[in-house]
Amino acid sequence: MSSVFANVVRAPEDPILGVTVAYHKDQSPNKLNLGVGAYRTEEGKPLVLNVVKKAEQMLVNDQSRVKEYLPIVGLADFNKLSAKLIFGADSPAIQENRVATVQCLSGTGSLRVGGEFLARHYHEHTVYIPQPTWGNHPKIFTLAGLSVKTYRYYNPETRGLDFEGMLEDLGSAPLGAIVLLHACAHNPTGVDPTIEQWEQIRQLMRSKSLLPFFDSAYQGFASGSLDADAQSVRIFVADGGECLAAQSYAKNMGLYGERVGALSIVCKTADVASKVESQLKLVIRPMYSSPPLHGASIVAAILKDGDLYNEWTLELKAMADRIISMRQELFNALQAKETPGDWSHIVKQIGMFTFTGLNSEQVTFMTNEYHIYLTSDGRISMAGLSSRTVPHLADAIHAAVTGKA
Amino acid sequence: MALRSVISRRLTKMSWCGTRSVSTWWRNVEPAPKDPILGVTEAFLADPSPDKVNVGVGAYRDDNGKPVVLECVREAERRIAGNLNMEYLPMGGSVDMIDKTLKLAYGENSDLIKGKRIAAVQALSGTGACRVFAEFQKRFSPDSQIYIPVPTWSNHHNIWRDAHVPQRTFHYYHPETKGLDFASLMDDVKNAPSGSFFLLHACAHNPTGVDPTEEQWKEISYQFKVKGHFAFFDMAYQGFASGDPEKDAKSIRIFLEDGHLIGCSQSYAKNMGLYGQRVGCLSLVCEDEKQAVAVKSQLQQIGRPMYSNPPVHGALLVSTILGEPDLKELWLKEVKGMADRIIGMRTSLRENLENLGSPLSWEHITNQIGMFCYSGMTPEQVDRLTNDFHIYMTRNGRISMAGVTTGNVGYLANAIHEVTKPT
Repeated sequence: MSSVFANVVRAPEDPILGVTVAYHKDQSPNKLNLGVGAYRTEEGKPLVLNVVKKAEQMLVNDQSRVKEYLPIVGLADFNKLSAKLIFGADSPAIQENRVATVQCLSGTGSLRVGGEFLARHYHEHTVYIPQPTWGNHPKIFTLAGLSVKTYRYYNPETRGLDFEGMLEDLGSAPLGAIVLLHACAHNPTGVDPTIEQWEQIRQLMRSKSLLPFFDSAYQGFASGSLDADAQSVRIFVADGGECLAAQSYAKNMGLYGERVGALSIVCKTADVASKVESQLKLVIRPMYSSPPLHGASIVAAILKDGDLYNEWTLELKAMADRIISMRQELFNALQAKETPGDWSHIVKQIGMFTFTGLNSEQVTFMTNEYHIYLTSDGRISMAGLSSRTVPHLADAIHAAVTGKA
Repeated sequence: MALRSVISRRLTKMSWCGTRSVSTWWRNVEPAPKDPILGVTEAFLADPSPDKVNVGVGAYRDDNGKPVVLECVREAERRIAGNLNMEYLPMGGSVDMIDKTLKLAYGENSDLIKGKRIAAVQALSGTGACRVFAEFQKRFSPDSQIYIPVPTWSNHHNIWRDAHVPQRTFHYYHPETKGLDFASLMDDVKNAPSGSFFLLHACAHNPTGVDPTEEQWKEISYQFKVKGHFAFFDMAYQGFASGDPEKDAKSIRIFLEDGHLIGCSQSYAKNMGLYGQRVGCLSLVCEDEKQAVAVKSQLQQIGRPMYSNPPVHGALLVSTILGEPDLKELWLKEVKGMADRIIGMRTSLRENLENLGSPLSWEHITNQIGMFCYSGMTPEQVDRLTNDFHIYMTRNGRISMAGVTTGNVGYLANAIHEVTKPT
């Protein structure tokens, strides 16, 4: 019997996750994976946070716990605590019950559910995404039923923010268009607006009724402070306007594979928020019925316990600090080698990634000759570096830039 | 907090342009109707009556009406606690879990598995598996429709609708006999255009509990072959129906023997009690290994913009339970225990109704199989059960037998008798 799917061709590897696939195939003892943004310790090992281990053990030991279906919107505690985390416990939007929060499958799931909701219920179906952005963003929004346009963001010359270009492009977007904003630690560039620039962005967006959709995947991971990393979101909420926010606990709680996240929609009134929540359920039910229990239970346990929460903030700061020190070490190493070019962006950029400015030929060279795995746009995950491996990377960058084998 | 005071100073100076219009963007958003199934539990929880009974959602309860975490699951959880890492699974999910899951559906010694002819990805339980399939069907058979049995789990309609695949129905349940309308089913199969896509419940049909016999499955399979139809099996109750997973997979095995290249959704929500963990698997049988690799890669492309990769915890529980002989043996015992308790409650409910002198026939309660009994009650009768007796079920008259206990079966029978007896 012949297959009805005989016409199916093999899809290309995902550009980001495909890097790890290639890394695993490599037999070299010197191989280095700077592809996917997953934190590694100084020893190059994945890390399960102590608070997560504690929380998990508490859950396992609690015989009264069951594995029943969560409600479609997910774990109630988790939702409330997540909203507080991003908007601030004293946020008037929360106190006035104007926030509809639903548990989703990490950042990806939150963005997808938000996108589907907008495609169904919002009058504008274009979303503006920064150039460049995380590779999965365009696909998520397209499949959600929105059309995708870009706004200028990264300036390759300065390796910083193209602020003028950004304001121009947002200024010429149609009234009411959706705008995707990285709350902090922009992926892949690591380039964030200053708080003054955020304020200007806010004013411009509100003057054109542009709808902000925040992607917050690195709260706490960027500067080491949960509050500082949420400022961009909070100034928008503080002006009384509406917005969407997708949160992920993949990096800041190390819960990658558990797929824990939340989508919040800040509305003008509690009544509207309640109706919005009911419509979010209609998006979720035919997608996966209800979200997974385990990861959200761990997050809720940590966020609601004062001691565990404090311990978490310390572990989070330690991860952020280690990354900041890797930035400094790499910068110092390139300075010491007198590698041509200005490498200060390595220490100016923030978060897990550095947009090196290397081109795809140079990247291929580094992979083939030095067994260093990174995405072809030149993005390296600083989280994958250690003091031990920085010299190897510096050698590779130097060789790629100077064209020497 | 220097930053915070900077912000608050700026906020007081801020111009409020853009917020002049106090209109909301969501004013036009209508409140959505409650989900017909999950809404029942919400209503049940809100009811303060001490007599209330929940026979709505299909989640297993023990004889005390309590949710159950299987012993094999608790033990597996102890063994994996303190797991080395919570890294992302590959996009297609846990290879180990998929491997063991395919063996359950296709057989321990399946040639298809050995020949690597099955494209399979871990999915978010049965819902997720059906949705990824529906999206795949839309992408690669864009002109196709899906034939869905009447009745079916209500969410099936939502799933294929959201994937933008047009739906048609085929006859299934026979209200007069409260059994299978086999003749009409076969007519619909014959009359559908060749190469149509059909959704079949592998066992323990939801909501009716009515399954074809083995003979009937063979005839259906034969006719499918004649017409070149595509069979997509939703198997959410393997092990739960008869107590024997091999027996419950019979329909699938019949189709495989006949050479059909089937699709299959598997869920561990009920048979391992992993409801909230969202663990399942979507598989598609292909002509050869090369095609299976291509198809799997495309299934992954659908998952990536939906959730990137599936959750690890539930998959790890499944791999552990199926991979360790003592746990697997315990699981098989426990799943049989659940099925047996339900079969016992069917007998008990029927006997109670008959002893109350109900003139109606209640044979269907014991003829039907799996978690649900399609009682034949009307929506009005169901409403009376809820309003007068605090008994919660879906308005199609579907009773979740898993919610019936020795403690409440008498009360339930009495209430059903009250609302159904001729006046």
